[in-house]
Amino acid sequence: MAWEYVLEGIKQAIHLIITANPDVIEITLRSIRVSGMATLMAALWSFPIGIAIGMYNFRGKNILKGFFNGLLGIPTVVLGLILYLLLVPSGPLGFLRLIYTEMGISLGQSLLITPIMISFIANSIEVVEKDIRELAITLGAGKLEASLAVMREAISGILLSVIASFNRAIAELGIAIMIGGNIFVKGSALNTRVLTTAMQMYTARGEIDMALALGIILLSIVFAVSTISNIIQSRLT
Amino acid sequence: MHIGDRMSSKPFIKDRKAISQSAWLVIVAVLLAGVIGLSWYFQTAQQAEQRVLTISTTTSLYDTGLLENAIAPAFKEKTGIELHFIPKGTGAAIQDAMNGAADAIIVHARSKELDFMEKGYGVNRKVIAYNFFAIVGPEDDPAGIRGLSPVEALKKIVEEGRKGNAIWVSRDDGSGTNTKEIALWKKAGFNYSEIKNEPWFRCTGTGMGKTLNYCNNVRAYTLSDMGTYLKYRKDGLIDLDVLVDEGEELINIYSIIVVNPEKYNKDFDGAMQLAKWLVSEEGQKIIGEYGVEEYGRPLFYPAVEVLEKKSGDIYNWIVKYGFIEDNGVWSECPEKYRYKANIEFFEVKI
Amino acid sequence: MSLVELRNISKRYGNVLALDKINLEVRRGEILAIIGNSGAGKTTLLRILAMLEKQSEGEYYYDGIKVRGNEDYFRKKITMVFQKPVMFNTSVYNNIAYGLKLRGYSKEEINKKVRNALRLVKLEGYEKYNAKRLSGGEQQRVAIARALVIDPELLVMDEPTANLDPTNVVIIERAIKEIVENNNTTVVLATHNLFQAKRLSNRTAHLFNGRLIEVGETRQLFENPENEITKKFITGELYF
Repeated sequence: MAWEYVLEGIKQAIHLIITANPDVIEITLRSIRVSGMATLMAALWSFPIGIAIGMYNFRGKNILKGFFNGLLGIPTVVLGLILYLLLVPSGPLGFLRLIYTEMGISLGQSLLITPIMISFIANSIEVVEKDIRELAITLGAGKLEASLAVMREAISGILLSVIASFNRAIAELGIAIMIGGNIFVKGSALNTRVLTTAMQMYTARGEIDMALALGIILLSIVFAVSTISNIIQSRLT
Repeated sequence: MHIGDRMSSKPFIKDRKAISQSAWLVIVAVLLAGVIGLSWYFQTAQQAEQRVLTISTTTSLYDTGLLENAIAPAFKEKTGIELHFIPKGTGAAIQDAMNGAADAIIVHARSKELDFMEKGYGVNRKVIAYNFFAIVGPEDDPAGIRGLSPVEALKKIVEEGRKGNAIWVSRDDGSGTNTKEIALWKKAGFNYSEIKNEPWFRCTGTGMGKTLNYCNNVRAYTLSDMGTYLKYRKDGLIDLDVLVDEGEELINIYSIIVVNPEKYNKDFDGAMQLAKWLVSEEGQKIIGEYGVEEYGRPLFYPAVEVLEKKSGDIYNWIVKYGFIEDNGVWSECPEKYRYKANIEFFEVKI
Repeated sequence: MSLVELRNISKRYGNVLALDKINLEVRRGEILAIIGNSGAGKTTLLRILAMLEKQSEGEYYYDGIKVRGNEDYFRKKITMVFQKPVMFNTSVYNNIAYGLKLRGYSKEEINKKVRNALRLVKLEGYEKYNAKRLSGGEQQRVAIARALVIDPELLVMDEPTANLDPTNVVIIERAIKEIVENNNTTVVLATHNLFQAKRLSNRTAHLFNGRLIEVGETRQLFENPENEITKKFITGELYF
């Protein structure tokens, strides 16, 4: 029985893609856009923080690292609920008017992936920091150039952090559904339905083939992104 | 490599280059912030352009597709207002409204609706549609409840359940369906919180569709709304039968309640437009026609024509199970919860 | 004519005294070998010489000038080759060119110098290979080429040929000798290999448990050491 579902799902997925179903295209593009924006936002603050943690030694560094490591596995439902309470009009951040909007989902996802980005980046930097910095200095580099050399060496790990973060964001459900609301009105610019929320909706409705089809599309995106990242990484080495 | 080289060693310029490289990083960061800011601004601009009503509602209503496929497009064409339905379940929908995230709610649990209005968040309640719940179960009906009244059927299920012949499944999720189920158990003389601990009584904590699937798999009985049941039956996802569908207690009444403008600055006018349209001839027609083609019978019955007749069984049931009593008057919306409404409220003195 | 003078240099790590009142002179143009058992403090001494670490006590004089507070200026005349080679994740060419790019040489000049350096360590043709993919011995040769190419006044080397096969050892030793002869580079070289010390160095210093127990002209020290411990060390009879 389950086999038939999977087969139907694959057939449906191919059909949707070949006929370029406009609704599916819209949902897919939105998933990419929303999670892409989340990744950009997270990068904005995670890069400086991650690099700083990786490069400098300071009191409480281990506690800080432990803190971000701990947040790595935060359940999206928990984060989604907390954000919902913050972003509703009756909440402290209600004035931002982000509830049930794309930007709201992006903000929520960016918070979800920040610990991932910071941990990965800090780690990549730490691994190369001591050796590369000393090498650069003994070859004549000043402090600033030595830091840049360290960052250059860690670029592979930094790229990986971005990819892992994006994939985590695009595949999460808890935030997208609590903050986004899975809104879909044909032709509207204000929809918030993404692949994961659509999948849940179709599953609840018993339309397993559609749910699977969207799942296949989502997985394809994740694989494609990972593959591109691998290619870039091997080019960098 | 010559000594000469060392003497004429050039001064270190990479430090200057390092500064310019760092400057580039800062520029990229600023650009990034700019892109993000612009997106945000752009989205806010788009939001301002289109008039939107956010309606939090139940999953059972939403999943039939009535709201998204029939009501939203028609309303938009008529008024230009876009409807965003957030299906969360009755309890969560009320939460949304109390948090200011919705302009109005459409739900089907009178006790909770009254509570919502008593707390001051809801005004101008209008009954828009009704259908019936049913007790569904395996076609071989091990507990023998086919054709019984709801109360009789529940009593029988308890009896057979305790003997190990039957299983009952409850959604136990605070939804409208669950609220009705609890009321039925009470009428049959059972306390829901006690009885749900018995071994033959199972809870899924989830929506109607998944609950029906579960019942299908374990061959159990449950209370279901007709909309979801019909859809799942037609799609071949379940082969449970309708065993008990007659009885006034099974009536399922949907109402719209507008969020009190004194609590939150929402689009009160827009929400009132929606309420008026839903009970207008056009809105009621759309409600009544939905699903007929696909399922052979309507999923929802328009309430207004029944309320206008002011007589008949169904009218009495709607009053009994859907109206609210206030100072000897039964109405859709007690006077104290009416707000600047130039709309007619059905009421009857008893 | 001393290039470097260390006066009463001590280095403490927490409670551990790694170097104890070292007084050492490094003469211009010489190759000075530092010998001693593992853990004697050789690496620490070299790192302080290369100004990668600061001493806990004592003064460092470079070219007669007290270095304290001015490390950044002097550090650029010194370079160190580490025991385990550290490669940038890029081509052999770019690794070697790094120091030259820092110093503002033109592309043509860099090209010429890098090719020269490659010739010296017998890695011609390796320009485009990724440095991280080379063998340990090849990487060490790249590290040495990278250090030589910037023409340092003082070259500090920490057991540069440890764990390398004899071919690599020969290539590296020849390269060291060549740049000392051609450029008057001063070399301080820590080594386990007493034969290497004898082959390469003008003077030798023996470090034992953080203290400099004997310094002298290489041939003299090996043939007729003054210190009892040094005598035992050279004959291989020193054990704990």
